[in-house]
Amino acid sequence: MKYWRKPLDLESIKASRGRVIIVEDRCKGCEFCVAYCPRNVLGMSQTFNVRGYHTPAVIDESKCVNCHFCEALCPEFAIYSVEATDAGKGGTARYRRKNN
Amino acid sequence: MKKAGKNVPGHPMEELIRTERLPHIWCAGCGIGTVFGSVMAAIQKSGYDLDKTAIVSGIGCTARMAGYIRLDSFHTTHGRALPFATGLKLANPELKVLVVSGDGDLLAIGGNHFIHTARRNIDITVICVNNLNYGMTGGQVAPSTPFGAKTTTSVAGCPEEPFNFCYLASACGAVYVARWTSLHIRRLTNSITEAMQKRGFGFVEILTPCPTSFGRRNKIGTALETLKFYHERSVIRNDIDPKEAPIDFGNNIVVGKFVDTERLTFLDNYQLSCRKQIGDWPDFEGTMVQDNQAG
Amino acid sequence: MREKVGPQGIEGRIIREKNLPHVIIKKYLLHEERCMAGKAVLTGTYFMNGDYACCEGALAAGCRFFAGYPITPATEIAERMSIRLPELGGIFIQMEDEIASMAAILGASWGGVKAMTSTSGPGFSLMMENIGLGICTETPCVVCNVQRAGPSTGLPTLVGQGDMMQARWGSHGHYEVIALAPSSPQEMFDLTIRAFNLSEQYRIPVIIMADEVVGHMNERVVIPRRDEIEIVGRRKPKVPKRDYLPYNPDPDGVAPMANCGDGYRIHITGLTHDERGYPGMDEATQAQMVNRLIQKIAGNREKIIRTENIYLDDADVVVVAYGISARSARQAVRDARSGGMRAGLIKLETVWPFPEKLIRDVAARVRALIMPEINAGQMVLELQRCAGGACPVHLVSHFGGSIIHPSTIVSAIKDAIKGRK
Repeated sequence: MKYWRKPLDLESIKASRGRVIIVEDRCKGCEFCVAYCPRNVLGMSQTFNVRGYHTPAVIDESKCVNCHFCEALCPEFAIYSVEATDAGKGGTARYRRKNN
Repeated sequence: MKKAGKNVPGHPMEELIRTERLPHIWCAGCGIGTVFGSVMAAIQKSGYDLDKTAIVSGIGCTARMAGYIRLDSFHTTHGRALPFATGLKLANPELKVLVVSGDGDLLAIGGNHFIHTARRNIDITVICVNNLNYGMTGGQVAPSTPFGAKTTTSVAGCPEEPFNFCYLASACGAVYVARWTSLHIRRLTNSITEAMQKRGFGFVEILTPCPTSFGRRNKIGTALETLKFYHERSVIRNDIDPKEAPIDFGNNIVVGKFVDTERLTFLDNYQLSCRKQIGDWPDFEGTMVQDNQAG
Repeated sequence: MREKVGPQGIEGRIIREKNLPHVIIKKYLLHEERCMAGKAVLTGTYFMNGDYACCEGALAAGCRFFAGYPITPATEIAERMSIRLPELGGIFIQMEDEIASMAAILGASWGGVKAMTSTSGPGFSLMMENIGLGICTETPCVVCNVQRAGPSTGLPTLVGQGDMMQARWGSHGHYEVIALAPSSPQEMFDLTIRAFNLSEQYRIPVIIMADEVVGHMNERVVIPRRDEIEIVGRRKPKVPKRDYLPYNPDPDGVAPMANCGDGYRIHITGLTHDERGYPGMDEATQAQMVNRLIQKIAGNREKIIRTENIYLDDADVVVVAYGISARSARQAVRDARSGGMRAGLIKLETVWPFPEKLIRDVAARVRALIMPEINAGQMVLELQRCAGGACPVHLVSHFGGSIIHPSTIVSAIKDAIKGRK
């Protein structure tokens, strides 16, 4: 983040960072999350899930601020964000669940 | 692609969803899924005992929500969710009862029950998902279908003007009336929470995309395009008279919280009558003041 | 400033008395002990209207919710309920139509309260869809149909018995019902109690097929002491909440019932469902569910069916009757006996399920069966079916507007004994 001057409480305030979790097999490819993520974290992937839909993929996880908007908007409960405990490290967990 | 590790937390709503029944039946892009999430978030936020919260629905796409939520839920007959909920609530006033159903179920076949339940001010919260048609049966005309819109029973354009549901609810005596779209999630969740916490008949209408039935026949495009359309056209006007808040697709879709007032509920008045504390009609002192009269 | 008065004025007073409405509601929680201990059972001997006796029977059985709509000749049940239920901490609500009434009593039943509605022919027709819902969801409740002559608006103030088949087959789909037919105000009292007991025991809406004469006549009604009345409640689940399945039946075919708010997180639907209550869109689930609904009643017929048999052992001709026609029949059988004819009577207390076995046994050894009824022949079809040709079956009927005179039945008995048609 570029600051024109350094804020006095920069060290103590931590911007929240989020990690996106996608439950691939629930997704039905509506693209709501991709279109309405306020930080443009997501894009559509080229792969298919087991139902034949394109699922979202995380493009730039460092931008995610854990606002939960994708989680609130998704009609399938297929995407949600959690507090990133190790911000910047690792990729998104995309996983298949056995019984939904 | 990583497999789910032990450290991956589950979806925060998981406990409230009957996950063994997923995937749900709603189409890709259907707004009902979003409303479902919103309803669950509102229920959690409202702080009521989940064991004493009940969902009653009728028949239709929206009404299927009762089958996916892990609360006491009742999927009844078409249009009759409101009287069922009336009986449920009056038999056990400790319950928090929500009625979740579609525009056709609540206001066409259920229209009579709607006006009377609102008039009596039964303490329930009604979530009306408005997808502008009868979705479950393939997209027929509903009392919400815009004039001129194409459905399977109006292939040349709908010849009827739709209701303004919020105006109707407010005229019948609802104490809380709001309209949102499924894009206004946070405000919608807040609205539902407020309606639940309010004593009396609360009504929240939600415009949602119906890409498969309505959207396809009216060349609206995908669900995402419908949401963008709602995004562009919706204007938030809180506290205005719902009569001035039509859904005018050519111009503006007015959303907001329109009515937020107080009135004794049916049970309050019933207790008064049981105790013979209702005065003798028509000899009240002075005259009755109507709600919408000034002064 | 204009002072707000009327309902708003009362509201002003209520608000000043801290949270009083909430206090009132809490005090009106419907505890069976509190309500039964007081005036629920008006022990004594009365000269009472049949509709009123039905109301008193319901209250004695523990009914504390009534949702109804006025219709001749059942209005008196609603009227009396509107006075009595507030005395007992119950809820009376006049709904906007009969459809809403039926839906409301189903909801009240799931809320844990015994509930009832009353109607006549036109309202009965309206209630059919929700009666089906009650049967499919296995909801205990009682519907009293005080029949009048039909079809359609018909003769609103005069007797008929033309809804008998409708009670059995009125709703769409295939199912079993329990229907009782009182033939006096005393039976209106007694059979209403039995109706509630059966509905709670078998988790099914029970229909009381009364008629305008039984409903409107005044006769001696003896209301016993509270401890002399047998009351049956619904079976509660005994398994932990996580293991509870709303439609997993006990050996007798009836599943224990958790009420809404008990914490079992039940899902109840009118869609074809499995034992979890979840909809199942396949033939196997349909077979399992419909079979369970049918067997629940058919498998317990012996316990449900009740008839009153008079002069049956040596009868040549047996009259089978129900409702007010059973009163005419009783008199006719007595007259026939005094005239030297060996007539007998089977008075049907339960009209559905129909007492097939009894009729089959009797048909095998009598010269004829006679059924008087005030319609064009409805229950007589069941009689013919069960008799199976073993003996002739005669119908004594007219289409409605008055009761059947005993002398008409006596002539029919005479003709039957002589072998004339």
